Amino acid sequence: MNAALLIIGATALGALLLGLRARAGREMNLEQWTVGARGFGAVLVFLLMAGEIYTTFTFLGGSGYAYGKGAPAYYILGYGCLAYILSYWLLPPIWRYAKQHRLISQSDFFVRKYDSPTLGIVVSLVGLVAMIPYLVLQLKGLGIIVQASSYGSISATPAIWIGVTVVAVYVMVSGVHGSAWTAVAKDTAILLIAIFLGVYLPYHYYGGFGAMFTAIEQAKPGFLALPAQGESVWWFASTVLLTALGFYMWPHTFGSLYTAKSEDAFRRNAIVLPLYQLVLLFVFFVGFAAILQVPGLTGPEIDLSLFRLSVKTFDPWFVGVIGAAGVLTALVPGSMILMAAATLLAHNLYRTAKPGADDAEISRVAKLLVPVVALVAVWFTLQGGETIVALLLMGYSFVTQLFPALVLSLARRNPATREGAIAGILAGVATVAAVTLTHTTIGKLFPTLPSAIRDLNIGIVALAANIVVLFVVSALTRQGEAHSPAALPGE
Amino acid sequence: MKLTHALSALPFLGILGGIFFVNRVTPLVFGMPLVLAWIVLWVVLSSAIMALVYRLDPTNRREGRR
Repeated sequence: MNAALLIIGATALGALLLGLRARAGREMNLEQWTVGARGFGAVLVFLLMAGEIYTTFTFLGGSGYAYGKGAPAYYILGYGCLAYILSYWLLPPIWRYAKQHRLISQSDFFVRKYDSPTLGIVVSLVGLVAMIPYLVLQLKGLGIIVQASSYGSISATPAIWIGVTVVAVYVMVSGVHGSAWTAVAKDTAILLIAIFLGVYLPYHYYGGFGAMFTAIEQAKPGFLALPAQGESVWWFASTVLLTALGFYMWPHTFGSLYTAKSEDAFRRNAIVLPLYQLVLLFVFFVGFAAILQVPGLTGPEIDLSLFRLSVKTFDPWFVGVIGAAGVLTALVPGSMILMAAATLLAHNLYRTAKPGADDAEISRVAKLLVPVVALVAVWFTLQGGETIVALLLMGYSFVTQLFPALVLSLARRNPATREGAIAGILAGVATVAAVTLTHTTIGKLFPTLPSAIRDLNIGIVALAANIVVLFVVSALTRQGEAHSPAALPGE
Repeated sequence: MKLTHALSALPFLGILGGIFFVNRVTPLVFGMPLVLAWIVLWVVLSSAIMALVYRLDPTNRREGRR
């Protein structure tokens, strides 16, 4: 038992207690459990929304990407920023509609807007397929963090079991209240740790930021700018755009926006969130500092750069503090995904299959499904394999396919019909699945095209297919329909 | 197109379009590679632009303060 392990263990216990206490005598019906009875103030909404960007993927992956790939990591900073600008315009109308119709899941929104339970099932399935790998990624990150910061005395597998148990228990008891209160602890910890590391390490090892970047430029010329081919400026622009559009399409993020008490919270948050995510800049600095200090990590090992450098630099107790912050970055998003997945399964799939079920039954089923989803995720995590990154990218491309049907449904007169929306989403998802599973890129399909087009994110093609099919099918099915559901008065 | 919409579009132009003109390491700006400094600049500007949009948007006046 070392100091690091003690601190990490205490943090996991603290998260569990905080998550359980968050219930605070509330009657946990479904609306209270999943969307906090729409009573969260601006600060909690801010943290739930911001929490999305500070996951293990950004903590480990952000520093790892900067370490291993250099400039392409900058895209993470760009897409969050643009997504927050979209949020100012996108979230208030969604929130208003959801409140008016007492919606509790993302799929509900599509069901109502398009008056189509079938579309609800399609959206639920897309969301589930995208979320499981996302959860697996958090668990994998959790395992890496505990293993590295306990100096190997706890291996990844027991760490994953303990972490997933903590999350499943407090999600079952407290629902979104548990996520919100652990998010407060997580954001405080990660903010302090990331800024400290991002400033201390460059000064400690190089004497400053400028000196650090000059040294890297000398050792690896051009590493700090985007390459001419592959992850080029074309890749950057298309990837930033796609991920910005997909940002709020994750079912757990979409669901968390329902928790807000007022729509003004979103517009206010859009001012502060871009600055808040500058914390990522310091995460990049950690990865850059590691390049010349702990060289030689390759492949999936690049995700370890932050911890390798920390172990080299600090005493065990402080490595424990960093590890504890890292554990929180896995638990909070993990809890939100678990809850969103259980809600989709119970509320949108189980209820559709068994229309007679009342709210109390749905609520019970949702809570029972939490450990089931958790076990599925643990199973995938322990299966291992590097296909998870491929699956995550596929997940992001999947949820982005929901964007066209969603945005069009906000128009006063929706140009998309329900058939168009379903066909568009299916076309987009099929394209993503086909290219991901066959490991195709635009470059491989059309090697003669100029490199600008070959470097485009393949998701652009899927989104284009989606939009074309959506409009064609909508035009074909428009005839004979008196008016589309979204054109009803009062909407 | 309303002014608030046009303002909101600026960061998209700056980040998605600007990247093509600033993809260089040197000169370092505030110690950072030029391309990174450019993105950071736009993140900060985005925040300022959204503050301005918030003030200009009539929706926020109608609802009053908090």
